[in-house]
Amino acid sequence: MSKKDLGLLILILVVGAVVAIINPRFLLPINLANTSNLIGLFGILAIGQAFVIITGGIELSVGSVVALLGVLFVDFIATRGMAWPVALPLILVLGGIIGLAHGWLITRLKLQPFVVTLCGLLIYRGVARFYTADGTAGFAFGQNFPELEFLTAGRSYGVPNSFIALIVIAIVMWVVLHRSVFGRYLYAIGKNEEAAKYSGIRTGRVVMAAYVICGVLTALSAIYFAMYTRSISPASHGQFYELYAIAAAVLGGFSLRGGEGSLIGVILGTVLLQELQNLVNLLGIPSSLNFAVMGGVILIGVLVDQQWGVYRERRLMLEATRRGAAGAAAE
Amino acid sequence: MWHEHDPEPKDRVSEKRAPVFAGDHAQTTAHRLLSGMMNYSDASIGASTIAPFLSLEGVRKTYPGVVALDGFSMEVRPGEVIGLVGENGAGKSTLMKILGGVTTPDTGTIIVDGVAHDGLTVEASIGSGIAFVHQELNLFENLDVAANIFFGREPLRAGPLRLVDRARLRTLAAPLLKRVGANFSADTPVSALSLAQQQMVEIAKALSIEARLVILDEPTSSLPLAETDKLLDVIKALKAEGISVIFISHRLHEVERVADRVIVLRDGMLAGTLPKSAINHDQMVKLMIGRMLKEREKAAESARPPGTVALSAKAIRTSAYPDRPVDIGVRHGEILGLAGLVGSGRTELARVLFGIEASLGGALQLDGKDLVLGSAADAVANGIFLVPEDRKLTGILLDLSIAQNISLPNLPAHARRLLVSARAEAVTAEKQKRNLGIKAPSVATRTGTLSGGNQQKVVLAKWLAMSPKVMILDEPTRGIDIGAKAEIYGLMRALADAGVAVLMISSDMEEVIGVSDRIAVMHEGQISGILDKEQFSQENVLLLAVGKQPK
Repeated sequence: MSKKDLGLLILILVVGAVVAIINPRFLLPINLANTSNLIGLFGILAIGQAFVIITGGIELSVGSVVALLGVLFVDFIATRGMAWPVALPLILVLGGIIGLAHGWLITRLKLQPFVVTLCGLLIYRGVARFYTADGTAGFAFGQNFPELEFLTAGRSYGVPNSFIALIVIAIVMWVVLHRSVFGRYLYAIGKNEEAAKYSGIRTGRVVMAAYVICGVLTALSAIYFAMYTRSISPASHGQFYELYAIAAAVLGGFSLRGGEGSLIGVILGTVLLQELQNLVNLLGIPSSLNFAVMGGVILIGVLVDQQWGVYRERRLMLEATRRGAAGAAAE
Repeated sequence: MWHEHDPEPKDRVSEKRAPVFAGDHAQTTAHRLLSGMMNYSDASIGASTIAPFLSLEGVRKTYPGVVALDGFSMEVRPGEVIGLVGENGAGKSTLMKILGGVTTPDTGTIIVDGVAHDGLTVEASIGSGIAFVHQELNLFENLDVAANIFFGREPLRAGPLRLVDRARLRTLAAPLLKRVGANFSADTPVSALSLAQQQMVEIAKALSIEARLVILDEPTSSLPLAETDKLLDVIKALKAEGISVIFISHRLHEVERVADRVIVLRDGMLAGTLPKSAINHDQMVKLMIGRMLKEREKAAESARPPGTVALSAKAIRTSAYPDRPVDIGVRHGEILGLAGLVGSGRTELARVLFGIEASLGGALQLDGKDLVLGSAADAVANGIFLVPEDRKLTGILLDLSIAQNISLPNLPAHARRLLVSARAEAVTAEKQKRNLGIKAPSVATRTGTLSGGNQQKVVLAKWLAMSPKVMILDEPTRGIDIGAKAEIYGLMRALADAGVAVLMISSDMEEVIGVSDRIAVMHEGQISGILDKEQFSQENVLLLAVGKQPK
């Protein structure tokens, strides 16, 4: 765990302690379970986003993808009678295809990630609303999918299964990002795509793969969100979720320029965001201030991190100058 | 850095005299230095009755470890076209920076209109009528011609909104364009203009600030021949109006055509001045090379005769000169030096050979078999490696450790079931660190903290850790101290002796001659000639580089 992540963890614990002292209900099992369920849902989303951000890209369409794929999933199993073990992988594949399309447009046709995914944001939202004719997609009364519901909205030993899913995915993705060849390529491309290319890495394919991973994870979280809300109105479902995911990554130490950030960081970022949401509720802060609190905390977090970076850079430079001067004197 | 001639006595350098008249100025020490060698001096021109607009006296400028200009004196008279020539690194750009006020000399005087200065500021330079037209044009492509000429000085309409008076802007620009002989109107967008036309806009911009001296820095290097003629006509028109011009160019025949006087720089010193009557190609080349060959940092002689052709390019066309095909072949076991002036298309050729840039035509062959490179990854898979020119931007990842940089191109070999083995990486890196003598605390050290020479060794190490067939090195010793240079030469020779085909692009004349087994010279996008060992001389390389036949 890096110093950055450790700092974030301490911040989470301190905020948690303060909230718990002011309002002991924070520590009630039901509150913790609810919060960790939300952490699970948003965490899966944020990991996907992190893979894109590490390459120096951005994925703005995830909120709309959550709406579109959520609507499709519910429609497939509730009204079209598709078996959920078929629908689930189908949705994941659709998510992957969306990611592949984005990655292709960005790496082959050289469009900017912001532009491509902004268009995606608009397109998928529109398609989702059209698909249900702006109605709400939901389950009929008494319609049940016990296994699916257990896996998505159920609990094991009091722990929400969505949170367990996040832990499993996080471990796998940690290995991918921090230990695999692919992960090393991602970092190298994020740091300096040109130099990576000059080292013989097929940078286009690697970047495309990052968008595919983001698409698949987004699709998975879309299913979780759909089973959590159980009814989806495509006009508002998943709105701003891309910003939650980006915020979590940024809080977790990711640089939007790419090449920086850790998987633990993005998870901790998600935890802090949900903790703040919870804090607003528990401390009786008007819920209209919800976004303002989040924005304020992220701003302060990024500012501290940036100033720390400036300080470190200056120190490195001074050191190098001193070494350089010593070297010149030695010549 | 040392010189064949003793530089000016230092007490003279610091001497400040103002105002100065042309007559006593003509025999500056630098010229006297030459008198043993050449008999030309300013006095022989006989035009020295007009007071110079600008003169430099005993200017010296050093950068850490380098004397960029030393005891340099020159003068510019109104309506005079001065050709300024010299090899890469002779001090031309430092001189330009001093004239533009970007940097101030350590010692020496700059006299403008009889007033002496220790150095100019950018404002003072513009204020006294010195205008630059750079090799890279500084125009806003999204604006029209008139807006570019008067950028920041737009005529405004009356009223509090400070709206730009577009009609007046165009009427102001039109006569300026006419003076430079432009065949386009003031409302043409710059993006629609050719390079020569864009240069005309730059010159019109210079005229609009009532420039008295226009400095053209390699204006023709990116121009096709027909456009070059137009530009040379503009220079003559400026001269007719009494505006002085300093024309910096590697294309000596163009200098021959327009210059009234040629000033030759070499190693930061004035190598000589040629009056109009004495301007010819050979004299310029002679002055540019001048010094006796210094003892070179030589690579050892090759241990074996070169083998078969490893990598060959047949009629390859690159983005630098899309209409000119290049043929070149590098053989196993040899170091082929690729010389040529900056901008002659060498780097683009290297990029094509490494698959980074797609060729616009032609074919590549590796060991006699056709080779198609879709990306650098294809080249690497075929054992063709490139040590690029810009180490920090493309050679290495400064934020990664030495070991991570070295393993990057061959990462799957350092992994088990797709998971990177830090131990395998360290083993490879340690071996390379030892072999190449990379000076660093450990292989986990961040590459960005290393010196230039050690960074370059990391770039080499990542390729040496694989098995190279063809090694392309683009300016491998630029910005590297002498000790590390010699080591890199040694490595190149060792590679060649092991049968690797080594292609070395270099602008350092001594390096090319000292290290290569053969030298190919590029001129304006084509190989103008290949020299064998017995034909090696600075003069031959330079002659080929400017497109003439070697002796």
